[in-house]
Amino acid sequence: MSEATLAHGSTEDAELPPLVPPSSTLGLLSVFRRRYLLKLLVQRELSARYEQSFLGFLWSYINPLSQFFIYWYIMGTIMGAHKSVENYPVHVFSGLIIVHFFTETFGAGTRSIVRNKSLVQKMPLPKEMFPVAAMLVSLYHVIPQMFILLLVCVLTGWHPDLGTLIGGVLALAILMCFGTALALVFSVANVFWRDFGSLVGILTNFVRFGCTMIYSYDMLAQHAGSLRWLVLGNPIAVACLLFQRAFWAFSTENPQHTIKHEFPAHLYHQGVFALIAAFVALLLAQWFFNRFDERIAEQI
Amino acid sequence: MAEAIVAQNVTKDFVLRRHKTFKQMSVAKMRGQETVNRFNAVDDVSFTINEGESVGLMGLNGSGKSTLLKVISGVMKPNKGTILTRGRIAGLIATGAGFQNSLSGLDNIFLNAAIYGLTEKETKAVLDDIIDFADIGQFIDQPVGTYSSGMSSRLGFSIAVHVDCDIFLADEILAVGDKPFKRKCMTKMEEIRNSGKTIVYVSHAAASVQKMCDRVIALEKGRLLFDGDVDEGIRILDYGDEDGDELAADDAELGADV
Ligand SMILES: Nc1ncnc2c1ncn2[C@@H]1O[C@H](COP(=O)(O)OP(=O)(O)OP(=O)(O)O)[C@@H](O)[C@H]1O
Ligand SMILES: [Mg+2]
Repeated sequence: MSEATLAHGSTEDAELPPLVPPSSTLGLLSVFRRRYLLKLLVQRELSARYEQSFLGFLWSYINPLSQFFIYWYIMGTIMGAHKSVENYPVHVFSGLIIVHFFTETFGAGTRSIVRNKSLVQKMPLPKEMFPVAAMLVSLYHVIPQMFILLLVCVLTGWHPDLGTLIGGVLALAILMCFGTALALVFSVANVFWRDFGSLVGILTNFVRFGCTMIYSYDMLAQHAGSLRWLVLGNPIAVACLLFQRAFWAFSTENPQHTIKHEFPAHLYHQGVFALIAAFVALLLAQWFFNRFDERIAEQI
Repeated sequence: MAEAIVAQNVTKDFVLRRHKTFKQMSVAKMRGQETVNRFNAVDDVSFTINEGESVGLMGLNGSGKSTLLKVISGVMKPNKGTILTRGRIAGLIATGAGFQNSLSGLDNIFLNAAIYGLTEKETKAVLDDIIDFADIGQFIDQPVGTYSSGMSSRLGFSIAVHVDCDIFLADEILAVGDKPFKRKCMTKMEEIRNSGKTIVYVSHAAASVQKMCDRVIALEKGRLLFDGDVDEGIRILDYGDEDGDELAADDAELGADV
């Protein structure tokens, strides 16, 4: 407020900022309006996720890579998946990237509000910022993993088509929405009962084994019968299949044959449904978040 | 003159959770005891503060002053009633700033300024002033978690006074600062007041309220006890009178210094 407004008094009322409730936010919309703050939070998350650790951000590669080698050796070599699934390492790795993106968003997102306790208690800001920032940090970590995947794909003879691009983007979009939705719900639940933080570990395990990552869709279809809809009804599994269709399918000997026999018939339709479902989940999550938002600052 | 803060029947309750675990809760439920208990930390408080007013918010410990400031700043939402504010709000609430302990002082300046709504350019424009005023030397690059409580409130105060707000909230800012910094704070607060900004100032030091404010709002157990003249407000709260020796000495010191 300047001297001028004071001097002119009420005639200048129109120029004054409006009288508003100080705590009003538009939820996720405010998050995207305040992009500079979001950027700062993402930057600090990037440096803070592995603070005080010598290897630092390398942990985000060590973690998926160690999983990759376990699956590659135990499932591939010992259990014989190398023989039954063509180009099995790429099959695992392309699934792993997308599933790991989700589990990282879920895990870090769940902890995000509690981790920022001192800010939440004293500063007014849309708390949706923290789960969204966690999702963006996980997305950022996908980039170098994608380079590794692309390199491996090219080395094993990869011929992408337009569907690769569409499928890849669709898969990421599904998980950005769905991951943020779950992160929103669990981050606020974790404020009230830390039990939810522990629950994440268990759910993450279900997610890993509920996706066609270490086994192929073909194996699932043979064994699970109609139970396979339990897997296909899961947006994460659909995203995983889309990603594998984009990368793994085109690294096999005969991509058209692989797509026909190793994937569900209407994968892209399912992808679009999954995206819609993920978006609806996001809206529901925002509604849930709003309900408990006002108690976060005092209960944390 | 335009209103800066309008509070209408503001009530903020807290849930006191008696039983934390599932086991405790089920036992209590079986015995028919209440498992949650609510109480009003701020109870049906109404007032209007105009632009340019500087108001002292007083009351005993636990009377709800910090809670009311949190409601005004938007950190908490009233359960009943409405609160309306005009313009940007900055300040220190409940001793100590909202910092991220693992980040350096410098990073925290940018983060806090962004939360107040400043852009990167605006922050850079006042960065040197903030660092100069906080005057914590080389420690500005150290994680805030390693700061002494005085240092972190110096930095928090310095950020809050430099963000060009319309409403300034100050909650016991003088509690942990050393004497030279207290003096600097008071001078700065007066500067803010004289520039026509609205101030809500929480303090137990009657002398500093007398010096800073032209109105007192007093709370008692969350309810509005008094709203009006400074001297009368202080008298009603009994500050400075009985067992006044220590307090009076404290206040006198402050008054003399500033
Ligand atoms: N997060 C919370 N959960 C439950 N109760 C709370 C919470 N925060 C504050 N209270 C309670 O609300 C009441 C008012 O607290 P508040 O901090 O507003 O007091 P105050 O007037 O600032 O006191 P002081 O002079 O000591 O700073 C206290 O009884 C306190 O126990
Ligand atoms: Mg207080």
